[in-house]
Amino acid sequence: MDIKVNVRESEGDAYVVDLTGEIDVYTSPKVKDAITELIDQEHYNLVINLEKVRYIDSTGLGVLIGGLKRVREHGGSVNLVCTNPQIKKIFDITGLVKIFGIFDDEQSAMKALV
Amino acid sequence: MNPALLEVSSHGTVELKIPGRAEWVAVARLAVAAVASRLRFSVDEIEDIKLAIAEACTNSIQSAGGEDAGTIEIVCDALEDELRVTVRDHSPAAHLEPLKKGGLAEGRTEELGVFLIRALMDSVDYTSDPHTGTELVMAKRVTV
Repeated sequence: MDIKVNVRESEGDAYVVDLTGEIDVYTSPKVKDAITELIDQEHYNLVINLEKVRYIDSTGLGVLIGGLKRVREHGGSVNLVCTNPQIKKIFDITGLVKIFGIFDDEQSAMKALV
Repeated sequence: MNPALLEVSSHGTVELKIPGRAEWVAVARLAVAAVASRLRFSVDEIEDIKLAIAEACTNSIQSAGGEDAGTIEIVCDALEDELRVTVRDHSPAAHLEPLKKGGLAEGRTEELGVFLIRALMDSVDYTSDPHTGTELVMAKRVTV
């Protein structure tokens, strides 16, 4: 079980974090490190692409919430790309659909940042 | 290092012991998913069970401050119309108190795990004792 994290610059000041694999108590620190590094470098508009994430637990959700809180302090935002129905369901039952922008594709998520 | 032990008994009970460390949680959730797949659960329901069991193990590990939580015992009782899973640790901390609450308080991300357990399983109960540890019993009924 592992998570692959790929960070790339996109339009404007936005960055995309591509995640592949499973986000749980073991792998979520790697995701947290990547997001923290971007924020520390003053990149506050992020798209986190969960299209290739097969599983996420509460520690993964906690990392995303932590990132969102930090970027919002600087007027930024975090949008998610998510098409997996099971993962969407987790965002739904936890009420996180209300605080994250969740989109079916990266282009829409990016467009909603600006 | 304690290897995970998987013992299959003849009466539909599977017992698993994992080291209480983050890297072993995936083993627990996959093993329980395998047991759940022997009942008539849908793929989505098996995903729910996997997540609930993983959250219980994660909660035990986090109650130990993210360090080694000792051994976590997982007992799966595969009944005719129900899967009952017991997750037992030896933590002296009463780390499942948030289960008593009905909802998820805004901003309490540390309670997301227990909230998910309650939301995804049909019944959840626990006992906690500073001397013997915490035992969480949760069940999901087969609906088809």
